[in-house]
Amino acid sequence: MTIDIGIIRFPGSNCEFDAAEAITTLGGRATMLWHEDSSIGSVDAIVVPGGFAHGDYLRPGAIARFSPVMDAVRSFAAAGGPVIGICNGFQILTESGLLPGALQKNAGLKFRCEMAKLRVESTNSALTNQSALGSIISIPINHFEGNYTCDHETLALLRSEDRIVLRYLENPNGSMDDIAGVCSEGRNVVGLMPHPERACHELLGSVDGVSLMSSVLVAAGARITAS
Amino acid sequence: MVFDVAVEVRLRSGVSDPQGATIERSLPALGFDGMSGVRVGKLIRFTIDAPDESTARGSVNDVCQRFLTNPVIEDAVITLTLHETVGATT
Repeated sequence: MTIDIGIIRFPGSNCEFDAAEAITTLGGRATMLWHEDSSIGSVDAIVVPGGFAHGDYLRPGAIARFSPVMDAVRSFAAAGGPVIGICNGFQILTESGLLPGALQKNAGLKFRCEMAKLRVESTNSALTNQSALGSIISIPINHFEGNYTCDHETLALLRSEDRIVLRYLENPNGSMDDIAGVCSEGRNVVGLMPHPERACHELLGSVDGVSLMSSVLVAAGARITAS
Repeated sequence: MVFDVAVEVRLRSGVSDPQGATIERSLPALGFDGMSGVRVGKLIRFTIDAPDESTARGSVNDVCQRFLTNPVIEDAVITLTLHETVGATT
């Protein structure tokens, strides 16, 4: 059966078709969901794509977290469903309380748009189960507010529970502990600033995103098999 | 009762402030000496209609906590003043 990945569109999302393209290229089905939907239907995983949801007014993700669909996403995540937040999607998941911490303005106040080298720090997550531990992957970044911040207790917890799934080799934005991506306690909710969906074809300069996007399909498939 | 509300959203102490740091670094070059501790925040103004000040303050605290600030990195300084209406007799 085809694995169905729901992609949530907010007013201002702009990476939803990149995500859909990557998912369908890898054999999944992409279902667009609207932020005003009260249900996510029967999708097997959720991607919250990048962009500028609700114009990023007030703070990135601050308004998106109140979109009706987010209640359904919270329930899905609580039931163990894979939820991946990419870039603005990561900001939305932290604002929603589905992931710890916050994304601040980049140190240096530069909008960073370039390839970034990442190290896979944990393969125990819905985003990295198909990656090799310690592998170095090249994935584009494209953000102004990607400076991961949390309190020291949270950072200690993330470290001790192996929840920092990706780190930058060269920190582009001032993120604490070089964090590029973190996962939830249940390891099914993952947020990252880099864009793996834009690194799934040789024409795009890197195929290193394939292992990450495939992991989402595998996590979704494993959940179907288990149920 | 209508109150004017001013919410100053500040980065919590200890949270790095890239904007403040950039402004601070540029001060000496512009000839401004002796200035330090620059922190950039935002000011949000609105009015609230509530039966009394304590109810108004409670609602404002709530909206700050849940929406206007991100408690992970920000806090709020709230100022409430009675709204003055032109021609009002009470």
